[in-house]
Amino acid sequence: MALKLWASSAANALRISCSGARTPFPAFSISRCFSSVIDGLKYTSSHEWVKHEGSVATIGITDHAQGHLGEVVFVELPESGVAVAKGGSFGAVESVKATSDVNSPVSGEVIEVNAKLTETPGLINTSPYEDGWMIKVKPSDPSELNSLMGSKEYTKCCEEEDAH
Amino acid sequence: MHLRMTLAQARNVGLRCMNLLRMSAVPILEQLYLEERLLRTSVDNWCIVNDRTNRPTIVMGVSGRPSELIELKSVLRDQIPVIKRFTGGGTVIVDDGTVFISFICNKNAIPGLQPYPHPIMSWTGQLYSEVLRGFGDFHLRENDYAFNSHKFGGNAQSIIKERWIHHTSFLWDYDIKNMEYLKLPTRAPKYRSARPHVDFLCRMKEYVPSKSMFIERTIKSLGSYFLVKPFDLDDITTEPPCTLPHSTKLLSRQELEDAYSSQCENLR
Repeated sequence: MALKLWASSAANALRISCSGARTPFPAFSISRCFSSVIDGLKYTSSHEWVKHEGSVATIGITDHAQGHLGEVVFVELPESGVAVAKGGSFGAVESVKATSDVNSPVSGEVIEVNAKLTETPGLINTSPYEDGWMIKVKPSDPSELNSLMGSKEYTKCCEEEDAH
Repeated sequence: MHLRMTLAQARNVGLRCMNLLRMSAVPILEQLYLEERLLRTSVDNWCIVNDRTNRPTIVMGVSGRPSELIELKSVLRDQIPVIKRFTGGGTVIVDDGTVFISFICNKNAIPGLQPYPHPIMSWTGQLYSEVLRGFGDFHLRENDYAFNSHKFGGNAQSIIKERWIHHTSFLWDYDIKNMEYLKLPTRAPKYRSARPHVDFLCRMKEYVPSKSMFIERTIKSLGSYFLVKPFDLDDITTEPPCTLPHSTKLLSRQELEDAYSSQCENLR
């Protein structure tokens, strides 16, 4: 019997950003039809990103993820001081009818939570890599970052996912 | 009603297995506890059918705020239970006229289906379109099931790393007096067009000959996608999953009273 394919609601072409040189604003493609991927970040197959600077890892969900989820209406986040484990859920986003778990790319201790998301959860949609960051973690094992995807690999991962 | 093939044949044509759990008059709180447990701790696919619940109960989504969504004074007066469930979505009042059907699936259970809200919703819309063919002008309207523009089914989902749940409360019948416990939501689908409950909703029993026919046709349609295996409720424990990150919760009377007090103060 025929099995039908259900296409994702979001566009599936991705652009990789420009070089990794530090700039005040991360470089990425601004086409409204494509998900953006930022150089210099690390990514998970469950569509979280992590920015590691010194002893702090900032974590959020990717543009690909927010595009597929739709309008975010509520964000559930942990409290500071809570321990997170690599691959484990630390919170959730609610988009209209669905809650979706968000998983931590690294293990460590939550040192800061983005309080703006309580009043303005839509920041995750409008600014997934900047104002829409979710938690900051002090990693307990920075070597965990080595197993995460870079921007090219993550782009390929998204393309393969959307090709189904 | 099920496809008559062996497990080996099912695997050969790419069909996954789905456990079918049929229940009757199970309290909705117990059903939600069970569903969250199966979502987070089982590796199987599940279809759960509960043909009604035992008493009128208000069920809010994970981010629901009682003061915004329910008429607290009458809810407290009439001691209507209020539950906050683990999935997203809006607020419903369920009772013995409600039919519940839930799908819990591994993310690769349906080939080609991406584990995101819209694709999952579309797949269920396709399934129920087949189920209800010939009984009314079925539509998936935004995220609701409707005959024409009258809603009869409300949906909610939870998506975790490798699995998802999509569950539905179907208005087989409802008591309009119960709807008065619910406020008009501030966040509503566009097609509702600010209609009150009585003009927005419809009863499935006015379109489909019997509840059992609807359930049997759903199971039959499911058989096009899965090898459906009956399962017994007695084989599954139903203890509340207390350690899960966001669990279904029955709100206490104190919590409701606090919400009502706060609401009254804000109005002063």
